[in-house]
Amino acid sequence: MSVSVLELSFLMGETLLENGAEISRVQETMERVADAYHIDSLNIYVLTNAIFATGVENGVEHSAKLKHVPSTSTHLGRICAVNQLSREIVQGLHPVEEAVSILADIRQMPYSPLPLAVFSCAVGSAAFSFLFGGSWFDACVAFFCGIALELYLHYVGKRNMSKFLTNLSASALVTFCGGVLLLLGLGDNMDKIIIGSIIRLVPGVALTTSIRDLFHGDYLSGAIRMLDAILVGGCIAVGVGFVVRVLSMLTGGMLL
Amino acid sequence: MNDIHTLLNWLLQTGVAFVSTIAFAIIFHTPRREWLYAGLTGGAGWLLYLIASGMGGGVVFASFFATLALAWLSRVFSFSRKAPVTVFLICGIFPLVPGAGIYYTGYYFFMGSNAQALDKGLETIKIAVAIALGIGIVLSMPQFFFTFKRKKN
Repeated sequence: MSVSVLELSFLMGETLLENGAEISRVQETMERVADAYHIDSLNIYVLTNAIFATGVENGVEHSAKLKHVPSTSTHLGRICAVNQLSREIVQGLHPVEEAVSILADIRQMPYSPLPLAVFSCAVGSAAFSFLFGGSWFDACVAFFCGIALELYLHYVGKRNMSKFLTNLSASALVTFCGGVLLLLGLGDNMDKIIIGSIIRLVPGVALTTSIRDLFHGDYLSGAIRMLDAILVGGCIAVGVGFVVRVLSMLTGGMLL
Repeated sequence: MNDIHTLLNWLLQTGVAFVSTIAFAIIFHTPRREWLYAGLTGGAGWLLYLIASGMGGGVVFASFFATLALAWLSRVFSFSRKAPVTVFLICGIFPLVPGAGIYYTGYYFFMGSNAQALDKGLETIKIAVAIALGIGIVLSMPQFFFTFKRKKN
């Protein structure tokens, strides 16, 4: 079985990019792997949603181009694993075939099981609700909003709904949950409950990665992700505001 | 007496921030062996935020200050744990991200209070810029690039 080093390097870059790594890491990893296996030459240009690469391997020129849909799922475990693999490759620990099979395993690394994800989203929502000045009662209510949110995100994630609509509807759902629970007499402050619960949606990953790209000089990718962060933030604001408005109209201005 | 109460409150909040950061680490599928360190990063960031805003620095300055600490700690852990900075940074940043700003902006916007909506929107952007500066400054400190260049060649 002949395995191309360029393909390996390319697949590693793709894995990193899909799972939310910053541009400089993708580029460096690809170059380091190619260097480690003594490829004749490799030229890469990486964007948030594409990798362009040409390389010369054994005197034959290969060129490749990748496009992919910007994925919403960040998997830090895979980034860690690819990072570890590239370090080991540079140390000369793996022949190419072995590295390819390790990479295949990494690409199959499982997501957190749903009950665990739901539980952590609920705990996260409750904790943030408390941190932003809510009472213990608010935190308990946010816990249930968090459960609803993660279940909804899981349901929607399987159906490939657009990012825009996902964030809009999810933040509306959370606000609805919080509002209704408050109207039923559960919780003290609606704003604290909802703020705690929407943190799960807030574009923290996009913001962080965008900053890293911008400060590294990858202005185009940084700008793409920044735009993403702003749009998602806007969607959340609209989803929340809209539902608050509707609820307050329905209840005759009872909410806040 | 009052001081002790404040300190205990800070301690409690740091603990809660620690837990919430780990919760987000799980959501983003961080490997189990990094959970503790991600949590420490988030807790430290929030503690610094509390201290800075407790000294009357205001939300924007406090966010900046806390991000500096957070990013610094992420880098320290990244070296000692041999894991990408991103792992600690992304998980730890969540307590600081302006979720409250987004909420109030949307809220006032739809409730028709334009001035307040603008005010909160601007504050949200200012916090985001403060976070950006904090991360940018710490991550482009010379040692970082120096170490990476050395490894490459």
